[in-house]
Amino acid sequence: MRDVAVVGVGCTEFGERWSASFRDLFVTAGTLALEDAGISGERIDALYVGNMSAGRFIEQEHIGALIADFAGLATNHIPSTRVEAACASGGLAFRQAVIAVASGMEDVVVAAGVEKMTDVGTGVSVDTLAGAADREWEGFAGATFPGLYAMIATDYMHRYPLTREQLAEVAVKNHENGSKNPIAQFQNRITVDTVLSSSLVADPLRLFDCSPITDGAAAVVVVPLERAREFTDSPVRVLASAQASDTIALHDRRDISTLDATVAAGKRALERSRLTHRDIDLVEVHDCFTIAEICAIEDLGFCAKGEAGRLTAEGVTALGGDIPVNPSGGLKACGHPVGATGVKQICEVVTQIRGEAAGRQVDAEIGMTHNVGGTGATVVVHILGA
Amino acid sequence: MSVSRFWRKIPQRYNLIGTQCMTCGQYFFPPRSLCPDCRRSGRIVDHRFNGEGTVVTYTVIRSASDQFENTTPYVLAIVELDEGPRLTAQVACAPEEAEIGMRVRSVFRRIAADGESGVIHYGTKFVPVDR
Repeated sequence: MRDVAVVGVGCTEFGERWSASFRDLFVTAGTLALEDAGISGERIDALYVGNMSAGRFIEQEHIGALIADFAGLATNHIPSTRVEAACASGGLAFRQAVIAVASGMEDVVVAAGVEKMTDVGTGVSVDTLAGAADREWEGFAGATFPGLYAMIATDYMHRYPLTREQLAEVAVKNHENGSKNPIAQFQNRITVDTVLSSSLVADPLRLFDCSPITDGAAAVVVVPLERAREFTDSPVRVLASAQASDTIALHDRRDISTLDATVAAGKRALERSRLTHRDIDLVEVHDCFTIAEICAIEDLGFCAKGEAGRLTAEGVTALGGDIPVNPSGGLKACGHPVGATGVKQICEVVTQIRGEAAGRQVDAEIGMTHNVGGTGATVVVHILGA
Repeated sequence: MSVSRFWRKIPQRYNLIGTQCMTCGQYFFPPRSLCPDCRRSGRIVDHRFNGEGTVVTYTVIRSASDQFENTTPYVLAIVELDEGPRLTAQVACAPEEAEIGMRVRSVFRRIAADGESGVIHYGTKFVPVDR
């Protein structure tokens, strides 16, 4: 196996991009990533693209070929593959690119993620996202995606001393970080009161506990580490790539409030990189809901179960804290174009490690990403370092 | 959900018929046709659950997909059946009545409809036991 490095990253602005099409989004992100790596399209050996549900969002399948075509690579006939694991599609596309390069099969590979969510109404997008869980036995009964995470929150708050205010602090912190990120969907600061006075979506979760519906795309260029200096003076190494799965339905989990796939993928990533939690300078976690960030911090092992709410309220996960969580603003403030999120997380960690994150810069040599599909049926964890 | 897809699971949805692995004794609802522990050496048979159980966790859905929009707010729960398996279902009670540990029993109810002229989906909901 060869060591792998990221040599280029690119991300569109995230938001309700009414005037941008699916194609516009991925072409923009891909172009930015190639410019960043200082290469032209002819040098790309393969493409992997994470996308959850173009079929339902824009009634388009065959995304691999579409992307290769509109990226101007159709006549090069390179392999182009769509990867799908619901909201973890992006992280998984990156992992496939890493595997392709590590194996020696390909040299210059682009991993991208894209989702165009606002071409359908909210009802359709809510229903589409519910497909990340068990359609036959959760969706059929009336489960929405926020509803499933709300049931995690109910269980969690029954068993651990997490207050409603502490949960709101997750959103407050992520909006604070988002206010320093020029691509973020929400760049406004909020208070605990903003969260607590927003409308209930699924008790106890309110509107400001939920990540938004977002259009966006992200792309990165990965190459063998030994060739990385051909492309950039500041390559970022992939120190570990780990993936784990669990039951598709929340009701079949061993423990409602623990994402066992996060525990498994997190442990594997640390073992493979021979690192400990103390070595990790920042982590981008999958905060599709505020409760998801609480669970992620604990299940990744940064603190014991039941402590993440208090630590968040104390500022431990803020930009200047011991372990900054979601400096990008996370899914909550930066936005959550489902298929693109996992790749955006890689972009953020690379940007931080290079020291190019401007107002939201943390002191970072090593960073972790955590991307979740569904309510935890797929989890992808990566560790990257200078 | 298409007609055939709904129709195929009518016994399971209407009458809470799941499965049991006769090799290890485990019960499954929602039904599984492969025992995750015994896999190919498992022997799966149908099992009708008695329908009583306990609320493990719950939420009140205030914002739903189009199919359920006109029934909000509704209580959605994970219910642990007395035989062991857990499932996701609505509990027909007032939002403020719902609580963890609440005893419930299954009832046959209308769940949703596929538009104004489409198939009406019936299935299992739960009600508080002491009702």
